[in-house]
Amino acid sequence: MPINVYFEDVNVGDELPEWSRTTDFMSWNRYAAVNDEFVYIHMDDEAGRAALNERGAFGMGNLRYTYLLNALRDWIGDEAEIREAAVQYRAINQKNDTLTVTGKITDKKVEDGENRVYLETNVVNQLGETTCPGHAVVVLPNRS
Amino acid sequence: MTSEQQVDTLVTPEMEEKKGVWENERVSYPVSESDIRKWALASYWPEKPPQLFWDEEYAKGTKWGGIIAPQDFNPFAWPIDRPPRQESNGPRSGRGQRGMNGGQVETFGVPIRPGDVITSRTRLKDWNERETRLGLTLFTETEMEWRNQRGEHVKTRISTGIRY
Repeated sequence: MPINVYFEDVNVGDELPEWSRTTDFMSWNRYAAVNDEFVYIHMDDEAGRAALNERGAFGMGNLRYTYLLNALRDWIGDEAEIREAAVQYRAINQKNDTLTVTGKITDKKVEDGENRVYLETNVVNQLGETTCPGHAVVVLPNRS
Repeated sequence: MTSEQQVDTLVTPEMEEKKGVWENERVSYPVSESDIRKWALASYWPEKPPQLFWDEEYAKGTKWGGIIAPQDFNPFAWPIDRPPRQESNGPRSGRGQRGMNGGQVETFGVPIRPGDVITSRTRLKDWNERETRLGLTLFTETEMEWRNQRGEHVKTRISTGIRY
């Protein structure tokens, strides 16, 4: 099976490859359907405005967390693991926002028998605004 | 002049009693390959999801030996009987009724596989209270733990709630 990245090949300061999604009712509704997350503020513009978002309905935080994990997974591949992931929910995900997952390696070490790589992460919108600052820990295979 | 009652603390006696006590136990339906495939399709949309989540022949050739679910997969979606809305860990009225989601940290153990039955439980883990720009603010930590039918650790989530 192809390995996407080996422990020996990453360094502190390296950044995640580009990973983005443009979000609107199509993406929110599909996610709501599998997560059984039917909440009016994510489905109805009037409800979104009543929740003080002038632009109406807005995206669920859970989907942005999923995007973080998807971006990490796409980078590390199938033979590696995500060990930890964290987010804080800040700015709202508006309709038609393009969300980009960013990540930068802050540390790498062998810990508890695992090759762990630590990243500072975020989900930023097309205006460069922070929406989900956080961190992640992934476990990568060795070359040999 | 504020109409809000001045309070010394947002910590309630119920919180003190509940601290560290596991509750809200629930058991998932058995996870199916189809559940995993649909989750992966929706969460990776509009791109095709990784084969690890829907192609058994491919997945057999990986370290996992078969299809696994993504770590964000929710095996508790679509229950027949919906659990009652959880009481918030905070005062019942007045100050402390406004809340925000302060985020979460998840640590992952073994992956969820087709056929797995997942049990979940939660507990109020800890809190701290301090003055912020919002006034007296209570930060609570709720721990949620998932295990599979073999008792193996699947996931722990620490969620931070903010009340002010």
